[in-house]
Amino acid sequence: MTRTRQWLYGWLMLLPAMSLLVLFTHYPAVANLWHSFYSTPKASRPSVFIGLDNYRNLVEDPIFWQAFTNNLIYAAGTIPLSIALALLMAIWVNGRIAGKGFLRLAYFTPTVLPMIAVANIWLFFYTPEYGLVEQISKGLGFPSHNWLGSQSTALGCLMVVTVWKEAGFFMIFYLAALQSMSPHLAEAAAIEGASRWYYFRRVTFPLLMPVTLFVLINAVINAFRLVDHIVVMTRGGPDNATSLLLYYIYEIGFRFWDSSYAAALTMVLLVMLGLAALAQFVFLERRTHYQ
Amino acid sequence: MSAAAATLVRAPKGVTHALETLGAWVLAILWVLPLLYAFWTAFHPAEFSTHLVLSAPWTLDNFVNAWHAAPFARYFFNTVVLVTMVLAAQLVLVTLAAYAFARFEFPGRNVLFALVLVQLMIMPDVLIVENYRTMTFLGLKDTILAIGLPYMASAFGIFLLRQTFKTVPRELDEAARVEGCTPLQTLWKVYVPLARPTYIAYALVSISYHWNNFLWPLIITNSPETRPVTVGLQVFSATDQGIDWSIITAATLLSTAPLLLAFLLFQRQFVQSFMRAGIR
Repeated sequence: MTRTRQWLYGWLMLLPAMSLLVLFTHYPAVANLWHSFYSTPKASRPSVFIGLDNYRNLVEDPIFWQAFTNNLIYAAGTIPLSIALALLMAIWVNGRIAGKGFLRLAYFTPTVLPMIAVANIWLFFYTPEYGLVEQISKGLGFPSHNWLGSQSTALGCLMVVTVWKEAGFFMIFYLAALQSMSPHLAEAAAIEGASRWYYFRRVTFPLLMPVTLFVLINAVINAFRLVDHIVVMTRGGPDNATSLLLYYIYEIGFRFWDSSYAAALTMVLLVMLGLAALAQFVFLERRTHYQ
Repeated sequence: MSAAAATLVRAPKGVTHALETLGAWVLAILWVLPLLYAFWTAFHPAEFSTHLVLSAPWTLDNFVNAWHAAPFARYFFNTVVLVTMVLAAQLVLVTLAAYAFARFEFPGRNVLFALVLVQLMIMPDVLIVENYRTMTFLGLKDTILAIGLPYMASAFGIFLLRQTFKTVPRELDEAARVEGCTPLQTLWKVYVPLARPTYIAYALVSISYHWNNFLWPLIITNSPETRPVTVGLQVFSATDQGIDWSIITAATLLSTAPLLLAFLLFQRQFVQSFMRAGIR
């Protein structure tokens, strides 16, 4: 094939996918920045250039800061816990343990369910007076507590749901890596008389590092991307205690219809995701040096 | 020797082993408990929903009531249309793009590939404000097409398939060319059949993603004729109907049943697909 024909084929085959990507990923990201410098059009007056006013409002908006802090707490709480549990589950399911098939099924099932269904089930779990959580805590003699209705516990309750939903998903990636690990390593370690913990710390865990990175990046993205359960369980309440960044964008953009301010908020989210991308790039660079 | 040695480090003995087995089972039971509780509530009359006694009678009334209380048949139909449409478009677009990236030399290839990868980080899920504006402009608001359109060019799929296509020996490609195949025929006759496991993995991941997707469909749809089952479920459980948990859990199980059944039947394929999709 001639060079020009190669070029032509390459470009033509890319064209359909690329145009959709530009239309629904690249264009909106750029247009979003553009629109964040304008005011929201109203019936009486059209959209006008207002410079950084949206960002000034943002810095002074206590609810934005609360949603932002909530999101960081949410990420810091759910990510390490679900990764640690995922690793533990994978090691258990990979070893010689009774009822392995059932265990794997139990850990993985929440992953297949829609977050919205999961949220409905857990909402019932947390219901004051009737819910299973209340029944158990009352049975143990604790006073009644409105888990989702009080500011101190609501975010924690949502974090539990997220860990429950995600750990089994991450387990799969660890399991795949564990299964492809050479048995010679374990033999060598056994001959050297290494303890199980030592073997995990010095052999298994370092070898799983690429998986941990992959899972970590996915977990970070999910912490900023998935707010379905908030729509169902708390609607950001009580008093914004469970509002996350994307949920706040949804509220501003589609309940108060302030699209310009929502655009400015989206920029913050894009910056956070960009930072995650940068971190991944830096770490992957380091990994290639290593090998 | 090798098996015995491996056992020495891998499998603990005695008390430790028993404790670990116990731990694994406690965790597993904690993990299925919410689902079991939902099953209990959905299959028993409302007065037993929080009252766990073995003598409680079983019933299907909750499912029947839920089915009649909202247009679930229509919601299911919409979801099936959505998932099929998205998957079909994805398979075509992703195959062509992956083939171009894997086997063609053209100016701008690396830049374009980097631009594709941007979508792995900035998914359509977070660009709701601008995509809503675009859909309004295109006059597609409140259509099933609008739910699926932003997801049809999938960076994840292009990446996954490009990796697979790169492992196809070039000799096969050349042999097909010598036989007189055009590039598209080569793609269809050589690459696509060899990439079957990747296609299956990708399809399962895509189906479960779009069956479960919620926020974007919630925003862009506004009528029972377009709502997928996730949004339908939310509209149904959010309306004030004097919270009847038995009916809500029945509706919840109903809306997840097809996917859950498929998962339980094809558990191994599901797990392997998710594994394959994760290993790059």
